[in-house]
Amino acid sequence: MPRLIKGTQIVDDAYMVIRGDGFPEGVPVIVPLLTWEANRDALRASGDAGVWLAPADDPAALADDLASLPVIAIDFPSFTDGRGYSSARLLRERLGYRGELRAIGDIQRDQLYYLSQVGFDAFAVAEDRDVEAALAGLRDFSDGYQSTQARTPWFRRRDESGATA
Amino acid sequence: MYRYDHFDQRLVDERVAQFRDQTRRYLAGELSDDDFRPLRLMNGLYIQKHAPMLRIAIPYGQLSTRQLRTLAHLARTYDRGYGHFTTRQNLQLNWPQLEQVPDILAALARVEMHAIQTSGNCVRNVTSDHFAGVAGDETVDPRPYAELIRQWSTLHPEFAYLPRKFKIAVTGATNDRAAILVHDIGLQVVFGERGDIGFRVAVGGGLGRTPMIGHVIREFVPRAEILNYLDAILRVYNRFGRRDNKYKARIKILVKERRPAVFAQDVESEWEQLRGGPATVPGEEFERLAGFFVPPRYEQLPSDDASYRAALQDNRAFANWAQRNLHPHKVPGYMIVTVSLKKTGVPPGDVTSDQMESIAHLADRYSFGELRVSHEQNLIFTDVRQSDLLSLWQQLKALGLATPNIGLLTNIVCCPGGDFCSLANAKSIPIAEAIQRRFEDLDYLHDIGELDLNISGCMNACGHHHVGHIGVLGVDKNGSEWYQVSIGGTQGDHAAIGKVIGPSFAADDMPDVVSRLIDVYVDIRHEDERFVDTVRRVGIDPFKERVYATAH
Repeated sequence: MPRLIKGTQIVDDAYMVIRGDGFPEGVPVIVPLLTWEANRDALRASGDAGVWLAPADDPAALADDLASLPVIAIDFPSFTDGRGYSSARLLRERLGYRGELRAIGDIQRDQLYYLSQVGFDAFAVAEDRDVEAALAGLRDFSDGYQSTQARTPWFRRRDESGATA
Repeated sequence: MYRYDHFDQRLVDERVAQFRDQTRRYLAGELSDDDFRPLRLMNGLYIQKHAPMLRIAIPYGQLSTRQLRTLAHLARTYDRGYGHFTTRQNLQLNWPQLEQVPDILAALARVEMHAIQTSGNCVRNVTSDHFAGVAGDETVDPRPYAELIRQWSTLHPEFAYLPRKFKIAVTGATNDRAAILVHDIGLQVVFGERGDIGFRVAVGGGLGRTPMIGHVIREFVPRAEILNYLDAILRVYNRFGRRDNKYKARIKILVKERRPAVFAQDVESEWEQLRGGPATVPGEEFERLAGFFVPPRYEQLPSDDASYRAALQDNRAFANWAQRNLHPHKVPGYMIVTVSLKKTGVPPGDVTSDQMESIAHLADRYSFGELRVSHEQNLIFTDVRQSDLLSLWQQLKALGLATPNIGLLTNIVCCPGGDFCSLANAKSIPIAEAIQRRFEDLDYLHDIGELDLNISGCMNACGHHHVGHIGVLGVDKNGSEWYQVSIGGTQGDHAAIGKVIGPSFAADDMPDVVSRLIDVYVDIRHEDERFVDTVRRVGIDPFKERVYATAH
């Protein structure tokens, strides 16, 4: 079974990510947005289906489904295509999605920290990569300046931290 | 100037550790060339013709003498004893070894410097007015705002993989010395109707393959909202900027294709959602940042120093230098000094380690231990007493750093070009030198007056040739190097893109071409008219006719 970083643990991944048309019955699947839209009722009834967004897909398309979706994945065809970072923040911060948000595609250790900051909590590290080693990427930085899904900006926390020059 | 606290330091140290590990994995074969490239670029490391090139950030151009001494040491230890100041307030080392780059970064971190985001498709080093804080025409000191933006842009998780590079410039003066209209975002710090501070925001300027002047999309963004507003611009760009074609991926193309008014509306809608949110900057943060940029302890001096006046009378060479390389200071008795890195025979912007150390010594003695880097590739002493100018000039002259040519034709802005850069189509440094040699006669040079001459070795326009009064662009024609000439470009408040005068020239023709352009100007200029004003008045035809009539 493929492995997945979930939170900070490596777990077995039960989901099958469907890249093409159609989907098998009786197994947990993550389907493309178009497949989801065409088969919403059947997939919902299965109770264990998620959907993945391509970089250009609008996260708002899932606005009515968020409460019932156990997992949403965002695809990175190449790690240098950064659209999914904005999609993730919109899902979390604007649309209020609380389920699993998974990064799929060309996912490597050097992107994990930033991905975790914009709202991803699951990382399907590319199959040819060492998932154990990739886990360390989540700890590349201990903090950051900006407002993100995971933290308020540093200038709002500075005083509480007792920071001094 | 800004000083790191433990938080700033920790992030920079963590970036050094991360890059050290990335380099180790690359050298061990665990990271492919393709996977390592974006990671190293995001840390300013190119693989160039001869060696890697490391681009070190000098945020908004402000540098302490301690930092300059470290740069001198690094250039001597890890490079060939010199560095190159760029048109974006960075310093480039041309010959470091990849294996040693993590150590260079660690040494930089010890003096609160880094190479974070000096390249790659991310938000680059924020630039500003090199006279910030001391210029007479300044409305608001832009440096605290530039620092706020430096922090916001540094390691921003959402915007590390943009469609293309992204450059932000900030000014607080009425005369724009930061070229804000040719940046992806240009910010002018202004007072609002109720006396509150905010920003006038221009978007979509830029040079490169498709030069464009930025569009103002909002006349006033209150300062508390600036990070929300920047997040909104960047998010619209990150989501909708083109990624199918590298040459159409800059925000200027999105702004043009959407139309500026529609783009402004897109940003407005996104901002509406972010407004008042967590990234809203509290007043105390602005006060904290402003506290780093308080004026040094100026003396009470007469506005006109007698010994300085006398030296101007007695010493013509000093007077020439004073006329070109000094600018008025907001405090009586002080002047702003530009140290010219444009001596004929030295590649524009290059400075040796020995010179860096001498400059640091002089800045400690005469200018409160701080200096600035200008986008015209010179160094600035911001706070020199009039009574010290003669002695400073003598010492700079001995170092070869007192060429009296600021604002003149030989103050050529020039990229490293084909001698170093693997992107270049043609060499640029030898062209600069040949033109400088042609115009070595100081009287003639001063008579020609203010003239910006910019040379880029390729379309990427690192030499900002589009905004040169005379712009030279290296082009490749069937494997040989040719030079296209444009005139009428302007930087600053009236930014304009120069017009190409016609077919390109061979390298050897370039001094003649510039001479003929100048001859036309000298023949037809009105009194007090600069070269670029004459071009604007008469158009390019008289120049074109003379250049091509005699050249072919």
